[in-house]
Amino acid sequence: MSKPLLEIENLRVTFPTPRGDLDVVRGISFALGRERLGIVGESGSGKSMTGRSILKLIRAPGRVSADRLSFDGIDLRELSERRMRAIRGARISMVMQDPKFSLNPVMTIGEQIAEALLTHKRLPRREVSQRVLAMLESVRIADPERVAKLYPHEVSGGMGQRVMIAMMLIPEPDLLIADEPTSALDVSVQGQVLDIIDEQIRRKGMGLIFISHDLNLVSSYCDRILVMNTGEIVEECRAGELHNATHPYTRGLIASIPRLDENRDELPVLDRSAWAAK
Amino acid sequence: MTALSLKDLSISYGDTRITHGVNIDIAEGESFALVGESGSGKSTVLKAIAGLAPQWAGSISAFGKPRSHGIDGHFARACQMVFQDPYGSLHPRKTVDATLTEPLAIHGVGDRNARVETAMTSVGLDRKFRFRFPHQLSGGQRQRVAIARALVLQPKILLLDEPTSALDVSVQAEILNLLKRLRREQNLTFLMVTHNLPVVSFLCDRVAVMRHGRIVEIADVAALKKGELQDPYSRELIELSADHAD
Repeated sequence: MSKPLLEIENLRVTFPTPRGDLDVVRGISFALGRERLGIVGESGSGKSMTGRSILKLIRAPGRVSADRLSFDGIDLRELSERRMRAIRGARISMVMQDPKFSLNPVMTIGEQIAEALLTHKRLPRREVSQRVLAMLESVRIADPERVAKLYPHEVSGGMGQRVMIAMMLIPEPDLLIADEPTSALDVSVQGQVLDIIDEQIRRKGMGLIFISHDLNLVSSYCDRILVMNTGEIVEECRAGELHNATHPYTRGLIASIPRLDENRDELPVLDRSAWAAK
Repeated sequence: MTALSLKDLSISYGDTRITHGVNIDIAEGESFALVGESGSGKSTVLKAIAGLAPQWAGSISAFGKPRSHGIDGHFARACQMVFQDPYGSLHPRKTVDATLTEPLAIHGVGDRNARVETAMTSVGLDRKFRFRFPHQLSGGQRQRVAIARALVLQPKILLLDEPTSALDVSVQAEILNLLKRLRREQNLTFLMVTHNLPVVSFLCDRVAVMRHGRIVEIADVAALKKGELQDPYSRELIELSADHAD
């Protein structure tokens, strides 16, 4: 593995509740090089919170603490909000789940992508529009000039997600965090969007954290997988070896997914008592 | 006997024609799947059957009795729908009890207390949930309420619109098992819309592939499991699913 881009040790995310503090991420540690890392788990497992805490996007009253949270040698824990803003987007960026809610509805697509670029760099206007069009083309939008003038509600979900990817990649970040980038999309478009992310990651030699609840999807697009349950990493393995997973939670998750050649009369359901006792 | 029959069904929204001459016959007790990408018109077919898209031509009939274009109480008794997203389909300010009683009140059915209890037991919801609000339930429990709401009128046909796509995989397994058991116990007929082919393999007997408002192929699920669908578009769908599986 190359020199780690991101190092996390003992990361905790805590929310206060009337019954005392609740840890939604409970002391997890991992390192990421320029590779594709998948984080999988059910709703409430803390996978999205992990992604957000890297960008320090956890709002009060939530709290993030870690023994180490460093990105490319920079200690993210100590950074001021102002310096953090210089990192967000430019060095680490994040693709959100649903393009319908994450794009600005009153700005054209071209303007939004240009804004992502201009926030971090001063560039002549002509170069900006050239780069926006080139970026749209590289996410396989056939007619970039026309699409750049459209508003988000005028494009389909799959195209909206490609626009978001273009916006996140145009400042050329080193690390991309994709939080369920395809779960709002159709199966037929899903593959396309993932291929685009994959192609861009490879071409620019970036790191990727791919957060999803879909084990099969993650195992086919990542190099390494972390399985999370109730705020802890229960299993870490190479993507190809997912089927040799040992933890009962991982095995339960794999077994509960129906297959195309499904012949089981009943699907096994997760027995949560099996590992809760440990 | 044919439970649900669609003949030459063409549905429009305003001036836009969504489906073009859809023909489907579903036998009693059969589980039939409708698959295709977004915009193919598969959900619109369900909506027309349920009476939510009244602008249709052709015929829709259940057990030989045709459906009228307006509100059709008899049809509704025989045919109920479960919606995709249990976070959106349950009234946030109605308790489970109120949600389950409403269809009974609308259809003037007596013995409501016992029927609500039976419906809750059959979907595996504990009695303690009866006076809770949807926000006090998990996603899986809500979908159980939505299924109980459909079953409380003791219909013969259930229309399922992506019943598990808003749920986690582990919860999806629970709901799929539940649907399979209910179908066996109550001899229900299913018409399910989904884009998840493995779910079709698990739950259905036959599958129709839709594209641009037309059915391009109807096949047995056995053929789907072997990957032996004929139409090039159907094969493409199988390939996409298979890509994710390995």
